[in-house]
Amino acid sequence: MKEGCKIPRINSPEDLEKLREEILAKRDPNRPCVAICVSAGCSSLGSLQVVKSFREELEKQGLADKVDIKATGCMGFCELGPRLAIYPKEIFYFKVKPEDVPEIVSKTILKGEVIERLLYKDPVTGETIRKLEDIPFYKYQYRLLLENNAKIDPKNIEDYIAIGGYKALAKALFQMTPEQVIEEIKKSNLRGRGGGGFPAGRKWETTRNAPGEPKYVIVNCDEGDPGAFMDRSLMEGNPHLVLEGLIIGAYAIGASQGYIYVREEYPLAVENITVAIQQAREYGLLGKNIMGSNFSFDVEVHKGAGAFVSGESSALMTAIEGKVGEPRPKYIHTAVKGIRDKPSCLNNVETWANVPHIILNGAEWFLKIGTPTSPGTKIFSLVGKVNNTGLVEVPMGITLRDIIFKIGGGIRGGKKFKAVQTGGPSGGVIPEQYLDTPVDFDSLTKLGSMMGSGGMIVMDEDTCMVDVARFFINFLLEESCGKCIPCREGLRVLNKVLTDICEGRGSEEHLRIIEDVTETMKEASLCALGTTAVNPVLTTLNYFRDEYEAHIKERRCPAKVCKALTAYYINPDKCQACLICLRNCPSGAIKGERDIVHVIDQEKCIKCGICYAVCPFGAVEKISPPVPPPVRYGIKVKRKK
Amino acid sequence: MSKEVVLEIDGKTVKAKEGMTLLQAAKSAGIEIPTLCYHEEMEPYGACRICVVEIERNGRKRIVASCCYPVEDGLKVKTRSPKIDRIRKTILELAAITAGEDVGGKVASLAYEYNADLSRFTSMKLTTPMKCILCGLCVRRCIEAQWDNAIDFVGRGVNRRIALLPEKAYACKTCSYCYGICPTGRITSVGPNPPFPLVTDILTGRE
Repeated sequence: MKEGCKIPRINSPEDLEKLREEILAKRDPNRPCVAICVSAGCSSLGSLQVVKSFREELEKQGLADKVDIKATGCMGFCELGPRLAIYPKEIFYFKVKPEDVPEIVSKTILKGEVIERLLYKDPVTGETIRKLEDIPFYKYQYRLLLENNAKIDPKNIEDYIAIGGYKALAKALFQMTPEQVIEEIKKSNLRGRGGGGFPAGRKWETTRNAPGEPKYVIVNCDEGDPGAFMDRSLMEGNPHLVLEGLIIGAYAIGASQGYIYVREEYPLAVENITVAIQQAREYGLLGKNIMGSNFSFDVEVHKGAGAFVSGESSALMTAIEGKVGEPRPKYIHTAVKGIRDKPSCLNNVETWANVPHIILNGAEWFLKIGTPTSPGTKIFSLVGKVNNTGLVEVPMGITLRDIIFKIGGGIRGGKKFKAVQTGGPSGGVIPEQYLDTPVDFDSLTKLGSMMGSGGMIVMDEDTCMVDVARFFINFLLEESCGKCIPCREGLRVLNKVLTDICEGRGSEEHLRIIEDVTETMKEASLCALGTTAVNPVLTTLNYFRDEYEAHIKERRCPAKVCKALTAYYINPDKCQACLICLRNCPSGAIKGERDIVHVIDQEKCIKCGICYAVCPFGAVEKISPPVPPPVRYGIKVKRKK
Repeated sequence: MSKEVVLEIDGKTVKAKEGMTLLQAAKSAGIEIPTLCYHEEMEPYGACRICVVEIERNGRKRIVASCCYPVEDGLKVKTRSPKIDRIRKTILELAAITAGEDVGGKVASLAYEYNADLSRFTSMKLTTPMKCILCGLCVRRCIEAQWDNAIDFVGRGVNRRIALLPEKAYACKTCSYCYGICPTGRITSVGPNPPFPLVTDILTGRE
């Protein structure tokens, strides 16, 4: 907002419409606008420099007041950042560097020419694609929540109002009773996007009907799964959408105070939501008598100190109370007894973000997206060994195969797909035979995994499943609060057992321990962190038992990942005695000279894999079990013809 | 007046008052459920999980901690079954990781009852046993004793332990409120040398 601008307080739905018209009237739809993503992914790839270069370049060419620059939120295709969009022509450039800026200004903005090399290039066909909807990554998505990220400046409430923002709030406040709002959400069957899939409408109703005042509403943005950034992108890119959903929820539930719990590690999310709250207050959309109605509600941002377990609802509420974020028994739901034992309704960022859409378009409309039991869309962060990584939003019911192969573009480097981990560290792996499973809350749980908050890590054939289980258990071990015995000690034992198996000390007894400990953790842990922590172990054991057995019985790692069970070996038939591996070996373990086949001294080898990476002839091989055939030093090289 | 609730525990019809926990209801009917972190004078904490029981409602079975779960009309509760015994046995074996095999008190007698092999995981040498299962009874007792936490938990997850806060150590020397409450028999006497390390010693690696 420009300085000296008078802030128009909105006192009625008509005021809001008038303001929207004024904003739109001020804006020329044909005026060129460059929208650059400055969200976490792109800004770490240098998009802030690109924004700066644009400012300087436009200044230099005297176009500063003729072209708009918009710093927007995440547009999804993070891997190809910094990404920018040029309106009104809708030209999308990827991997833009500050050096490209003068050319973009003089060619694309001034003359409307497209710069081929900055367009999206299909990694498979090599063709450049101009239209966003033709890019496979976007083609199969349904970007209900993320769509507007690319169009608005998250720090400017007028951008949000211009695209119809706060219309849903006006509708809820002036055309619906709180009961009707709850009824609509119940009818839409919106389920909690944080992973549990609990019907949001029922939760709202429970809190509304629970005795006790004041009532609280809470946004859970304590996203801590490795490789997940769905909530972060919404919070950074479209904070008003979340806020609007929260205000509608507060109205329906009868809450007067809200909390937005954001982890401190998301500084931009904290900044953007704080700005959004401030602006909403100034515009009369938050605080006393919202939009001139009788409803008053305010919000506070609570920064989380970064404990993964604080994403659990009761731990999060304990943290808001100012205590150590540890879960407490939840047999009486937090919806009834939450913060300071008052009814508290907690929903995930994505759940709240769906609310304005449902109120505005109706439950009927929402039910048409996705599946009957899991309507709507879900955002996933698609990462790992796929060609296209980034944030994807898909209708529920799409198959895993479509997400991984159509949107994700298949497995990197032509490797074979092995498994996909859904639901973050406490989710499970899903093997190839279940790839045609439709993605919804119930089917993923049936496979032993879960929806979780939407992490999706794709693994290829070079992944060892025992090592994967060990990685996630190790993560959870660090993040367990340590309050209850099954989770704290169970994870300690599982970590030790899996490490033993990976390091070649596994035995049948280890499998028995896994069985006993996982049962106890699953049934008896205090909170969901403990009860679901067993999923990565149980699913890998269930679907890839042969790998566990290979580690234990044959001391062999089929994927050749576990260091203790692999060795590097130079194939004498392929070695060209080029001395490259020998010069690069950091431990001096390779013996060789010109014309003499090189040999690795297994005693000295530290298994760093450098020789494997540098050999131009593919002569260095990984072998498991780590017993190379006996090699004599002094064999003459067989030259390639 | 709180409402009366009728439920079934181990085949026995039990009447209880609304708001009671399953553990309290069972106790009132003379049915024993083992506990470690529970004390009738304190709020339930739900950390040791030894008091798990199986409940059945609308044909669906679940395992819950009886010290926290409130009584419900028509609930069917089983306090012993092969599965529950197996879980309790494993919990005791897991508890021994921090407690060690050489424990007294409730842990020792329950280990005998449930045939738990306390050396099962301690032989993996995961920790140096500290004769503590981190049930928090002494910590909660200390808060009650108005010392405002002379002792408290420090560290998270597997690094969790109980430590004495130096600025309040004087209080610990004279009070004996937590004496005898410990289920492993670690706190047998307090006085000039409280059985807790100072938090400063832990942080500086002296302990």
